[in-house]
Amino acid sequence: MSEQNNLEGRADGDRREFLKTGAAITGAALAPGVLLYGVAHSRAPEQPASAEVRWGMLIDTAKCGDGCSDCVTACNTENGLSGKTGPQDTQYIRKLDIKDLRNGRVHSLPMLCQHCEHPPCVDVCPTGASMKRADGIVLVDRHICIGCRYCMMACPYKARSFAHEPITDQNPEVPRGKGCVESCTFCVQRVDREELPACVEACEANGHQAMLFGDLMDPQSAISQALKSQPSTEVRADLGLNTGVRYQGI
Amino acid sequence: MARLGHWLRLAVFLGMAAVLATPSQEAAAGVNLPKLEKGKGDACVEDTETMRRHHMSMLKHQRDKTMRHGIRTTKHSLKGCVECHAGSKTGSVASTKEDFCMACHAYAGVKLDCWDCHATKPAPKTPGPVGKAPRPDASPLLAATVNGASQ
Repeated sequence: MSEQNNLEGRADGDRREFLKTGAAITGAALAPGVLLYGVAHSRAPEQPASAEVRWGMLIDTAKCGDGCSDCVTACNTENGLSGKTGPQDTQYIRKLDIKDLRNGRVHSLPMLCQHCEHPPCVDVCPTGASMKRADGIVLVDRHICIGCRYCMMACPYKARSFAHEPITDQNPEVPRGKGCVESCTFCVQRVDREELPACVEACEANGHQAMLFGDLMDPQSAISQALKSQPSTEVRADLGLNTGVRYQGI
Repeated sequence: MARLGHWLRLAVFLGMAAVLATPSQEAAAGVNLPKLEKGKGDACVEDTETMRRHHMSMLKHQRDKTMRHGIRTTKHSLKGCVECHAGSKTGSVASTKEDFCMACHAYAGVKLDCWDCHATKPAPKTPGPVGKAPRPDASPLLAATVNGASQ
């Protein structure tokens, strides 16, 4: 893991700068900028996801409690997962304990789909089932997934699972079935109706405030402000995937 | 006398043949047509003939629009079908052969894969993690933005 603090150093830096300047000018013209961001985020049901938005998450491992699994529980409830953690069980979020062997320091952090800008799972998918939506959310289209599991092998974060057993009593908003690969969707069904992902909501509701979700393209969003002002880490930044999930304190 | 016996035998034979050849009442009616329970509300999203012939293409188009582009209109959504057509006995569209989807599909012998992944029952009305009403206060995404900006 290497320090990756300077998001503007990326290829989209110019665009980010441009948007930032544009937003500042427009914000000044319209007075309260709040309305502007509200308009930018709200999307009518008939409108497709926009590339003007990129959803991301910032996880502060200093606030992430050792032994706390509120995010995992909320994820399991929302997505109808069993909660088992065996090698053949589906996990969208894995709670990891990482120990630095040199000094014994222990971190606890949730590892989930990193929603990469250049996702290896999408590169290797032979059918096009693995896909990145315009707003940066990486998904599996189960209608055309053949269950070959190439994406599971390609993912550097071990973020994907395969449904081995028939599934019943799904959440009507989260279809899941045997024979498909699946992973964290940033709770896309909730994001599309302007709600936070279940894990972030649970983390906030339980007072941990370790997870921050928002639009990386909006320079005024809480997540962009935090990334700008504080150091953060992209896991396996050496791969150049430009992940949508960033960590602090590791 | 022999001639009379011959005619008698022929008459008996023809009579028996006629009885055997007459189809039973049940066989004459063929397989019963599926009986569909009426859905909730006044009318379906399209007229019955269109729905019968084209529901599968509507669902397929809607599925790709929703899955790939995040377009979540409800007119042709599968969730919408389930909400109106879940059976009164089972609460499902595909639990038994009497339920809405299965009634026709069993009759036509066309296998359905939808229900391998999709829920056959509508979301429960009770508040809970499933089917929870959206927050009344604007958008939490917006709230996060406001908080972030004010810090």
